[in-house]
Amino acid sequence: MKRFLKLAFMGLFLVLLVCGCTKKSVVLNVYNWGDYIDETVLKDFEKETGIKINYETFATNEDMYIKVKQGGTKYDVLVPSDYMIARMIREGLLEKIDIQKLKNYNALDKRFLGFQFDPKNEYSVPYMWGTFGILYNTKKVTDPVDSWAILWNPKYKKQILMMDSVRDCLAVAFLRLGFSINSTNKEELQKAKELLIQQKPLVLAYVGDNGKDMMAAGEAALAMSWSGDAVTVRKQNPDLAYVIPKEGTNLWVDSLVIPKNSEHKEEAFLFIDFLNRPEIAKRNVEFIGYATPNRKAFELLPPEVQKDPVAYPPNEILQRCHVYIDLGSFLEEYNKVWTEIKSE
Amino acid sequence: MKTVASRETRNLLQYPYLLWSSLFIVVPLVLVLWYSFTTPTPTGRYEFSISNYRRFFEPVYLRVMSRSILLAFEATLICLALGYPAAMIMVRLGSKWRNTLLLLLVLPMWINFLLRTYSWMVLLGRQGVLNQLLQWMGLPPQSILYSRGAVLIGMVYNFLPFMILPLYTSLSKIGKEQIEAAEDLGANRFDVFRRVIFPLSLPGILTGTTMVFMPAVSTFVISALLGGGQDMLIGNLIEQQFLSTGDWHFGSALSILMMVIILIAMTVVSLTDKGKTFEEGNLW
Repeated sequence: MKRFLKLAFMGLFLVLLVCGCTKKSVVLNVYNWGDYIDETVLKDFEKETGIKINYETFATNEDMYIKVKQGGTKYDVLVPSDYMIARMIREGLLEKIDIQKLKNYNALDKRFLGFQFDPKNEYSVPYMWGTFGILYNTKKVTDPVDSWAILWNPKYKKQILMMDSVRDCLAVAFLRLGFSINSTNKEELQKAKELLIQQKPLVLAYVGDNGKDMMAAGEAALAMSWSGDAVTVRKQNPDLAYVIPKEGTNLWVDSLVIPKNSEHKEEAFLFIDFLNRPEIAKRNVEFIGYATPNRKAFELLPPEVQKDPVAYPPNEILQRCHVYIDLGSFLEEYNKVWTEIKSE
Repeated sequence: MKTVASRETRNLLQYPYLLWSSLFIVVPLVLVLWYSFTTPTPTGRYEFSISNYRRFFEPVYLRVMSRSILLAFEATLICLALGYPAAMIMVRLGSKWRNTLLLLLVLPMWINFLLRTYSWMVLLGRQGVLNQLLQWMGLPPQSILYSRGAVLIGMVYNFLPFMILPLYTSLSKIGKEQIEAAEDLGANRFDVFRRVIFPLSLPGILTGTTMVFMPAVSTFVISALLGGGQDMLIGNLIEQQFLSTGDWHFGSALSILMMVIILIAMTVVSLTDKGKTFEEGNLW
């Protein structure tokens, strides 16, 4: 037993030694969505400030949330979406952001400030926004695509791709039924569930990021798709078109936030401000294809991009778009229904 | 003196493993057990509860479980049906061919499991290699990818070596003289198989079945990639609880339940097997 303790102490000593050595230069831990930044921007930030960036990526808000909540790694800048920001504010996970420290804050478009998830923008600085809609192959779809109902058309059996995501799939069903995408009504949820179960035989697959590749390769005719993915994928396959259905859709805003347990808050402010510089924001938005909430960056974009209705839908369409709100404990009901749909 | 010293080094040498296994096997298991028997209270504390286990008996989750067991069972059966003849052929071949075949069997395992499963997507897709071949022959394209069949193909493909290798080992241990003796005593080829080869290969069948059934019943990658997320398996359900729903308590209870079910299944298999034959001598 004595020996065992000796060994254990030796191990502990080694660990402490290693920890002590790496504490010197500041490393900023940035946790962002995959393919969601022009990575040369990170290099430029490192060159300009001497702050090192440790860049990690996640695939869904929920993945990110669980990793942050469990607290294994201390991150300094995160990029959650609206409803997740609301949840993280509610649970006290986020640090307030001092706008005075952000020189480029006034470059932001006022339309993307003051949403319900963070009414006074005390915790979040908008980074990108977008919608989701129907991406379809004009060679394979002969009917007019203007309603979510086409995803229930038996003519396209096994040619439809849905997103493998609770809230987004339920949102489509809610929209088709004329309910709110933030419904917390059990009866409405049941109806949405039945609608999605009814659709299941027509669905080819519930997909994540690989959906856009499948559409580009012509594996399916219709898909739920993010606006930014639609912009990118149309360059690979010109037969594809993107539509926001007449029932409306979800408008989301991904924002930069600082978690409460961040150890480098000042550096995090510097990084957020750097991303808000119009020319930097322009480089990022051109790289990833979504829409920028940065007015000055938008003005720098070529006119054909500014007028692209996929990335920047006109105002009358935006009026039919709704932002997700945090569902609180009702989320459990959503999850339960989702399991029932998937295991049917 | 010498023996004492060597015992001491032996004792010392076991510490790294002891440390390793307690850190990475015992501690996580205890944590999983703790999570499975607790629920969070509104005040941010945890209280003892068996509600996670009770929840499993709701019809939704039972359906997921029975689907997983059925699929894993089918995959195991197919692996056995394909693997047994393959192992027999390998045993009978000359050593040169046998080694080549063994190498070919193990070779795909040098490539990452995920990558191999992804490549099946390329093979089975609507615009995939298989369908292009079908079209070239003038046959209508089939949609195989994103179906139950595709998941089954993926399981059989990935786990077949785990069936063949133990079968091969136990079949190659059967002495020629035993077969010759049976033939001398007037057994025809079918009788030789039924009364000599098959009973003597039972340990291999048992190991192979276990090695295929266990990963097949708990897989979540194969069903997510090749099944298109349509038929949820228990592995996907557990993954969902940990990664997207964030209900680690229910996820832990599911993991424990699955371990128990696998343990029971394996005990039953080994018991029936023991009752029948080889441990108690040559009844056949």
